[in-house]
Amino acid sequence: MAVYSWPSREATAVIGKEYDRLDGLAKVTGAAKYTYDVNLKNQLVAVALGCPHAHCKITKLDVAAAEKTPGVVAVHIFEHAAVGSEVQWQGELLAVVAAESEAAARAGVDTIKLEFEELDVFTEDENLDAAEKAERTGKGGGKTELEREPGDDDDEDEFIEQEIARLFKASKYVVEGYYGIDAITHCCLEPHGSTVEWKDGKLVAYLSTQNVSGTDEGFARDLKLTSDDVEVKCDYIGGGFGSKFAPDYWAVAAAKISKETGRPVKFLLSRDQELKIAGNRPSGYMRVRLGADENGVLTIWDSHHWGTAGYKGGGVSQTVMPYVIRPKNYRRIATTIKSNTAQSRAWRAPNHPQACAMSQTAIDDVAAKMGANSYDVFAANLRAGNVDSQHPDAANTYLAEMARGAALIDWKANWHAHGKGKSRGSIVDGLGMALHTWGGTANNSDCRLKISPDGGVESFCGSQDLGTGTRTVIAQVLAETFGLGIRDVRVNVGSSKYPASGASGGSTTVGGVSESHRRAGQDALEKIFELAAKELGAAANSLEAVGGKVRVKGTDKAISWKKACTLLGLKPLEVTASYKRGDQSTLSSSGVCGVQMAHVEVDKETGVIKVKKFVAVQDQGLVINPKTCKSQIYGAMIMGIAAALYERRITDPKSGAFVNAELADYKLARLGDVGDLVVDLYEPESERSRGVIGNGEPPAISPKAAIANAVANALGVRVPVIPLTPKRVLDALAKA
Amino acid sequence: MKAFEYASPRTEAEIVDLLSAEPGKTEILAGGTDLVGLMKKMIVTPDRVVNIMDVPTLRSIDELPDGSVSIGAAVTLDDVLAHPYIDIYPAIKQAIRGISSMQLQAQGTLGGEVCQRPRCWFYRNGDGLLSPDVAEGANEFHAILGNSGPAKFVNSSRIAPALIALDAQLRVVGPEEDEQFVPVAAFFRSPHREGQREHVLEPNQFVSHILLPPIEGRTCATYEVRHGEGPDYPLAAAAAALQFDGFGIVRDANVVLGQVAPMPWISQEAADVLRGRKVDEALAETAGQAAVSRATPLSQNEFKVQLAKVAVKRAILLAAGYETGGF
Ligand SMILES: Cc1cc2nc3c(=O)[nH]c(=O)nc-3n(C[C@H](O)[C@H](O)[C@H](O)COP(=O)(O)OP(=O)(O)OC[C@H]3O[C@@H](n4cnc5c(N)ncnc54)[C@H](O)[C@@H]3O)c2cc1C
Repeated sequence: MAVYSWPSREATAVIGKEYDRLDGLAKVTGAAKYTYDVNLKNQLVAVALGCPHAHCKITKLDVAAAEKTPGVVAVHIFEHAAVGSEVQWQGELLAVVAAESEAAARAGVDTIKLEFEELDVFTEDENLDAAEKAERTGKGGGKTELEREPGDDDDEDEFIEQEIARLFKASKYVVEGYYGIDAITHCCLEPHGSTVEWKDGKLVAYLSTQNVSGTDEGFARDLKLTSDDVEVKCDYIGGGFGSKFAPDYWAVAAAKISKETGRPVKFLLSRDQELKIAGNRPSGYMRVRLGADENGVLTIWDSHHWGTAGYKGGGVSQTVMPYVIRPKNYRRIATTIKSNTAQSRAWRAPNHPQACAMSQTAIDDVAAKMGANSYDVFAANLRAGNVDSQHPDAANTYLAEMARGAALIDWKANWHAHGKGKSRGSIVDGLGMALHTWGGTANNSDCRLKISPDGGVESFCGSQDLGTGTRTVIAQVLAETFGLGIRDVRVNVGSSKYPASGASGGSTTVGGVSESHRRAGQDALEKIFELAAKELGAAANSLEAVGGKVRVKGTDKAISWKKACTLLGLKPLEVTASYKRGDQSTLSSSGVCGVQMAHVEVDKETGVIKVKKFVAVQDQGLVINPKTCKSQIYGAMIMGIAAALYERRITDPKSGAFVNAELADYKLARLGDVGDLVVDLYEPESERSRGVIGNGEPPAISPKAAIANAVANALGVRVPVIPLTPKRVLDALAKA
Repeated sequence: MKAFEYASPRTEAEIVDLLSAEPGKTEILAGGTDLVGLMKKMIVTPDRVVNIMDVPTLRSIDELPDGSVSIGAAVTLDDVLAHPYIDIYPAIKQAIRGISSMQLQAQGTLGGEVCQRPRCWFYRNGDGLLSPDVAEGANEFHAILGNSGPAKFVNSSRIAPALIALDAQLRVVGPEEDEQFVPVAAFFRSPHREGQREHVLEPNQFVSHILLPPIEGRTCATYEVRHGEGPDYPLAAAAAALQFDGFGIVRDANVVLGQVAPMPWISQEAADVLRGRKVDEALAETAGQAAVSRATPLSQNEFKVQLAKVAVKRAILLAAGYETGGF
């Protein structure tokens, strides 16, 4: 068995080098077929009726007219929409109409007679008092951690109160604040859905999914098949962000209708349905009191946060509070709120963006209160060991990354105390920073590798390329292993018929596919070296594969890769390799830091904010492709700017209607809004030697807190709730 | 989308013949950037759509003998932006640039921009133009002026405030007479019942041309408070046109606000502040204050009062050749 490892930095030819995405051209020319582009011969198009009310009981759902509408072939009522059932959020699909054309399906939907009894609606998730009055709250857990222990005779609750009071009293600075971040939706450009067909009793589903290898089971379970009878395919996907792990009931419905009618069915959500039901991130609002010593080192944290993850309650987990900067003494409590909105789904680094946005803003307010430099306060806390991070050497890594970030944004020259900058007309500028952490462990991944006697290399893996460059990264791993170019290898992902690979969630894909492909590659190479050894008259372990050749190390003695492969005889060499989470490996590991710094300008008369410059310093172990790695961070920063300044779900307070569920009204950052983005990959040998770690999520965590802190620095006033809209900026200024 | 009949006439007279006198039966299709979306969502469901893009007389920009500039209603925003005749009306170009979407500028027309339907989300979500839920509902972006009646949406046109400030007129064609000239200032209205349009056109009338009077030494500007750089509507906007005497004193002024009322909002109060005075920041501020003195914000949009005030102040400063001091 080979010892799996990566070549040293000096020895790599392909890894660590920038490559354009292999599928880049196909994407920009439109040749790449996304799920939405898949049209099958003779297909029906399905359109669904969404519930117009946010909380109601269905009293009538009559589809007779829809069934008679010209062009309509089938109508399906969802089980959860049967008469008498309660619907808990607006947009929930009630019935679906499949027809010869989209227009006919829509016309059919339009004839459905729906009647319902309106029930009480609650969507004011920021308003804790109102939620309590409406009996919509639940316990979200909590934890108290104190260095001192109660004595044997002490009442524990009393001791806690007294100890917390004592710590506040002993604090040089005390900050009391309110912070929050609204719910946002995943807003995938390609909505959820699929085109499905049955072939000889087996289901083929072209599904827009982050989980090719796992969704076949989802279909199989609901359709009473075995996974073998289902093939899920997804070559290209237009966004998932954590919301596309399951087939969802609508894809199962498409499969049922397809079976019933004997025709392929295309069923993708409409834009408003996409925003209303197909994924959102929980909101979080927090009241906190924190104490710090003369250097701004936190001595005590006492917080209560609330928010909603939807009609079942839920919210931001208390386990991540306070975020990254965590004192030794703290108390955190969470309250969940049941809101008439669709249940949340995982959103890039679940819980972390909100926790970061709520707690690192509070920490920055300590610096504001002290009149100190925020950088110094963050650094002092790191040095004092107030750190909770998944990185094994967190404090040092944050400090090193902060120094690099500060140089890139020219922190020293641009810094002024909170609210003390010079204004240009009504414009003031400010700096802010934030820290984050994430795991990014490699996911389970199997792959099959085929080396043909003609030298062809082809791999098969049931992973998926979310647009992040997974295909390209796999090609680099294989090319490096065999001493080839990245276009000499053929990479296949995107089908559940390939060896299983984990869902792309939790920043686990790059680690997983690097593990499986490097392992398979090294195993295959070992076999080829055995054959080539005879040919070259050298020991197998003295060979290397470089520059298209198999060579005796340190000599000119070599045969070409092609020639080496002919030694396989007539049959290709097939190797499968498997990586399971928890396997000992030097190829991958987990736990990252990350620092982001923003320089913003605020127009005090209008409350409009512009990002001037935004710097991200990110570690992720060994970087396979710096270009796609950076792209991932740019994307996260842009998404973060959107969430910091523009993006939120707006519900009507009375009806609970999600009023801005259209891209025209759901505001996102545009090119002109993102400013100068700078990405710095932090990869000293200490990081590189840890192996591959995913970075899909970590850089999406800090932007909100970093930008909010920069705005607070500019104004000298905290704008408490994110996104920082002009209205909120003006309100905060008026209150100050 | 409901199935519809499509007509593509070649002359203005043919357009009139194809339009129904009954509301809702026919719709004019110019660039379609607004109409098609409304049809897809079944907010409007015409039986016939009349494309006006193939009528040559509606597609040119001309100078008239009296020095006015006539812009065909079907001229695209791009073409307006690129045309040298419009250079002397910076307020118009600024408003078009604000739309900041290549697609909308290339496809949208001047007539369509002026006649576009309100962006109000209650309307766009199928609750009607005059939904009673707006008053206590999600009304952050709704009207702060002229909102005592049933209409609480804001007129969405970005260019109309500039057109009104410049005393522009619309040439309206219909079955009754050959043509009719309507000042843009008199074109809009605040509907009182569902089904009424936001302008005075009869269902079988249409706008053929926009007429800009000679600039005659006036200066003008549009200022929009925009949340971001994208093709989203401004939060508040204003256009100002100023006539100075030889000593820098304002002889006459028009100040018109956008995105704050069911119609472009003409502020006599602001114009009164300016007349007979020299423009400086303090005066512009006072005019801004005057423009919003009668504001009656709804439950969630108090902040728009400040934004409207600043928009007026900055439009005046820009028109007078000063910096705004803001973004
Ligand atoms: C996502 C999105 C964002 C947008 N953002 C902005 C923005 O920020 N600012 C902005 O100003 N606009 C914006 N728009 C709207 C767009 O700019 C206008 O809709 C466009 O200028 C309208 O021109 P059109 O020719 O496409 O109109 P159409 O869609 O063809 O027509 C619009 C309406 O006017 C009527 N109409 C058209 N021409 C005439 C005529 N000659 N006489 C009588 N009635 C007529 C039509 O029947 C229809 O009701 C946006 C649109 C979209 C889809």
